[in-house]
Amino acid sequence: MLEIDVLLDKLEAELRRVIIERRLDNPLMIGIRTGGVWIAEIMHQRLKINDPLGLLDISFYRDDFSQIGVHPNVKPSQLPRQMEGRDIILIDDVFYTGRTIRAALNEIFDYGRPDQVVLAVLIERNGRQIPLSPDCVGTRTTLNAHQRIKLTGPDSLAIHLQNMDAVA
Amino acid sequence: MSDNLQLNPEGKLKHFLTIEGLNKSLLQEILDTAESFIGINDQQIKKVPLLRGKTIVNLFFENSTRTRTTFELAAKRLSADVLSMSISTSSTSKGESLLDTIRNLEAMFVDMFVVRHAISGAAHFIAQHTAPHISVINAGDGQHAHPTQAMLDMFTIRQIKKDFSRLRVAIIGDILHSRVARSEIQALNMLGVAEVRVIAPKTLLPAHVESLGVTVSHNLTEGLADIDVIIMLRLQKERMSSALLPSESEYFKCFGLTEDTLKNAKPDAIVMHPGPINRGVEIDSKVADGPQSVILKQVSNGIAIRMAIMAMAMQKQGSL
Repeated sequence: MLEIDVLLDKLEAELRRVIIERRLDNPLMIGIRTGGVWIAEIMHQRLKINDPLGLLDISFYRDDFSQIGVHPNVKPSQLPRQMEGRDIILIDDVFYTGRTIRAALNEIFDYGRPDQVVLAVLIERNGRQIPLSPDCVGTRTTLNAHQRIKLTGPDSLAIHLQNMDAVA
Repeated sequence: MSDNLQLNPEGKLKHFLTIEGLNKSLLQEILDTAESFIGINDQQIKKVPLLRGKTIVNLFFENSTRTRTTFELAAKRLSADVLSMSISTSSTSKGESLLDTIRNLEAMFVDMFVVRHAISGAAHFIAQHTAPHISVINAGDGQHAHPTQAMLDMFTIRQIKKDFSRLRVAIIGDILHSRVARSEIQALNMLGVAEVRVIAPKTLLPAHVESLGVTVSHNLTEGLADIDVIIMLRLQKERMSSALLPSESEYFKCFGLTEDTLKNAKPDAIVMHPGPINRGVEIDSKVADGPQSVILKQVSNGIAIRMAIMAMAMQKQGSL
């Protein structure tokens, strides 16, 4: 079901469609660390995006800081100084609760006011907690609440299904 | 005053009072966390929401410009609400005791105190007596410690020199009265530098200074040999009650860092100073403003390091 190459092809096709539909003009692609960056690197190459890939680390924008604290070695985000008026393609590996994307949007808007933001994810799963949803997906899947999807890489990307009960 | 009052039961930072009693991995964690905060300076909105809704009070019982403003900026960049109080405008001048001041501020639902005080141990005293949910950061207490200054200097050194293990670091000047020197020596040794050397006239060194883990020189020219990092200290005129020195000009002649004396250190040595600098007393302007000086870099780094320490002290305190 979760064959990485098939999903990447599907996501690429979806992105090509949305670039035309939404008239994304010289878009800026941004990957969310860590898995999102791996997917974004592939899409950035396939779609021949001009600007270098932006990297986003949302650790300082998470809404669970008071529970989990701050991790050292948060890598600084690398975004162009000028985000004002740009069309942005934001990429993550898995869309789950939506909280990561909420944090990512807050961070992006702290760098400037983009024209449009399009969200592309490799896998959308059930469990949304806030009213956001992706524009492009590689696939949609339904999982149990205790199941998690994990992407490993970056050398050879692979999708793993984890059972949280087993981990705990 | 070695205390693990600073750490919670899980070994995480709760108060930041002195370098003593901390460990290498915690110091590295502070440096790594600060590294992450550096990037925020590139943002159009130089702010992250980590401490939104938290209230931080800067309690400055002693004057300061750099330290107070960088603490204030650091707190604001973490989105905390900050209040800066200085002694001259507060009610302690009306006779209120230190603990009463603290109790009143606690009643205003404060989450953190940043304390500077002329008495050694003041921040420690507040940490012992304040409500359990409050964190205390020492912004300089008497002649005891100034740990955030030490950490921002460690950060600056690591930024430029990368690896501590081969470094020879000279601390020059009024070691006796300097809380900065004490904290620097502890941090440098904890991070494992090859040598910490203090260079000063005998009258400006504490008794048994070698026991702090330093080598000693009383001659600037000789003492600078093989040195990678030079930390100049301010001649603390306001703390000098007795005649420890013949005169300022005499001091400059023997221990002032000039372009000429600087040549005795390694050619790529960096020059640091915690500020405020006394030009022509401990350091010549040509050196302070010269290519080897990283004095203003230290100031910029002060914001990131204070953000890191505040954020770490405010994260969830486990079982507390």
